[in-house]
Amino acid sequence: MKKAKWVVPTIYIIFLMLPIYWLLNMSFKTTTEIINTYTLWPQEFTLDNYKKIFTDSTWYTGYLNSIYYVVMNTVISVAAALPAAYAFSRYKFLGDKHLFFWLLTNRMAPPAVFALPFFQFYSSVNLFDTHVAVALSHCLFNIPLAVWILEGFMSSVPKELDETAYVDGYSFWRFFFKIFIPTITAGIGITMFFCFMFSWVELLLAKTLTAVAAKPIAATMTRTASTSGYELGLLAAAGSLTIIPGAIVIYFVRNYIAKGFALGRV
Amino acid sequence: MNKTVNQKAWFFVIPVFVLVAFNAIIPLMTVVNYAFQETFGNNVFMWEGTRWFKQIMLSERFHASLGRQFLFTFIILFIQIPLGIAIALTMPKEGIGVPICLVLMSMPLLIPWNVVGAMWNIFALPDIGFLGHSLNALGFDYNFTQQIGDAWFTTILMDVWHWTSLVVLLSYAGLRSIQPAYYQAAEIDGASRWAIFTKIELPKMKKVLTIAILLRFMDSFMIYTEPFVLTGGGPGNATAFLSIDLVKMALGQFDLGPAAAMSLIYFFIVLLVCWVFYTLMMRNEEKS
Repeated sequence: MKKAKWVVPTIYIIFLMLPIYWLLNMSFKTTTEIINTYTLWPQEFTLDNYKKIFTDSTWYTGYLNSIYYVVMNTVISVAAALPAAYAFSRYKFLGDKHLFFWLLTNRMAPPAVFALPFFQFYSSVNLFDTHVAVALSHCLFNIPLAVWILEGFMSSVPKELDETAYVDGYSFWRFFFKIFIPTITAGIGITMFFCFMFSWVELLLAKTLTAVAAKPIAATMTRTASTSGYELGLLAAAGSLTIIPGAIVIYFVRNYIAKGFALGRV
Repeated sequence: MNKTVNQKAWFFVIPVFVLVAFNAIIPLMTVVNYAFQETFGNNVFMWEGTRWFKQIMLSERFHASLGRQFLFTFIILFIQIPLGIAIALTMPKEGIGVPICLVLMSMPLLIPWNVVGAMWNIFALPDIGFLGHSLNALGFDYNFTQQIGDAWFTTILMDVWHWTSLVVLLSYAGLRSIQPAYYQAAEIDGASRWAIFTKIELPKMKKVLTIAILLRFMDSFMIYTEPFVLTGGGPGNATAFLSIDLVKMALGQFDLGPAAAMSLIYFFIVLLVCWVFYTLMMRNEEKS
């Protein structure tokens, strides 16, 4: 009984890896092989699909655009959420509970509801097709999330820490940056992970708010899929490359993931 | 934690408030504007009152997509929550297996949603996809682009693939927070495995499971990109869930009034269900 325990996670992981393997498999095949035969691994192994992506600027700028606005959004979200989460975890103030719920409602708003108004709004303030527009629009769901997670971490830090620091003559900001932030590094790490994740995977808003200059990789892919018909190998290679940033981020925060979830906040 | 009353805390909240309000209130007002008026472009509006709302509430198209949405959400919750708990229970608790499981299981969560759709499209194609080819080789007549049942099967399987890990991670974290003393006490009492699960583990996981259900409800109710890329809402309208139908109406047909009214009804349903969950959750938190 004890020995058989690893069976379930193993089967589950195999199930998770199969579609990813299939994508990788396709990305190393030539178009003729994909269309004409069904093979479990590439018969004529080729790197042409990847070569095309790394040399064609419409492809690789897509990646750069995505990474650019995702990083921008992560920085904005965490920077704005830090003081707010501190306020929610330490103080009572007029309308705090309502404000907290209102923030969360924005995490619940279906992006499809906001797609058209966002397009009109960002066009009218001349931000259409810029990285800033996408980064700001992703704040809609990432800031509430960041406040939620950070508040959880901050509430688990005893208030005595603040009081001792003030007795020792620390000013508020000096305490905040020198003592408080270092004690919740794990929480900030988790928060950045989630902000990165949700901004990286979102497509609907990113696609609606961009045309050429800030077009994300995901949008480049959908447009290729619809215009050039059957370039499946290229599409698979582009898809495989989008998995890498996520995989790197997971690797760095792997020890924090369970801990972050353990606080009951996502 | 006993919090002190301090109205100046508002200053800390202002940046967040401004950023979110900028993104939430102004676009939401645009939606409200369209929902109550008729427009012919050029900023000319005519008051329509609740006409669009009545039209949507009575339209069979909305009923159909709402029905499909609820069916889909309930099916995936029924599969993902028990499956997630089962996997979390069997995961290793220490050693090298822990980071391997965590990293590999989190992979699907970090793949852009349209890539998830494209990946499953390639994976399920009847002629060249592994899933489609295998099912057909086994004698099933499988084609997700033409048969409604197959389209649903593929969409649900894709969502299970994509999101079960979130439930696993949450349940796993909940399980890890149980003190070993509970298990020792259970062992002394000679409790069965089932008794340990129902009497100790499940109650301790209540909080994380509420969050898991809440998140899965919200996100599956808003699902757009993955089924859009996989099936395009087809065959016919068989997998056109609320968001897909809404985008089709707003950006495809440019029926802005009805689309805006539908947005508000849609948002209201999500909000209502989440509010019920949230209040229940907070009440539990206060009790404990």
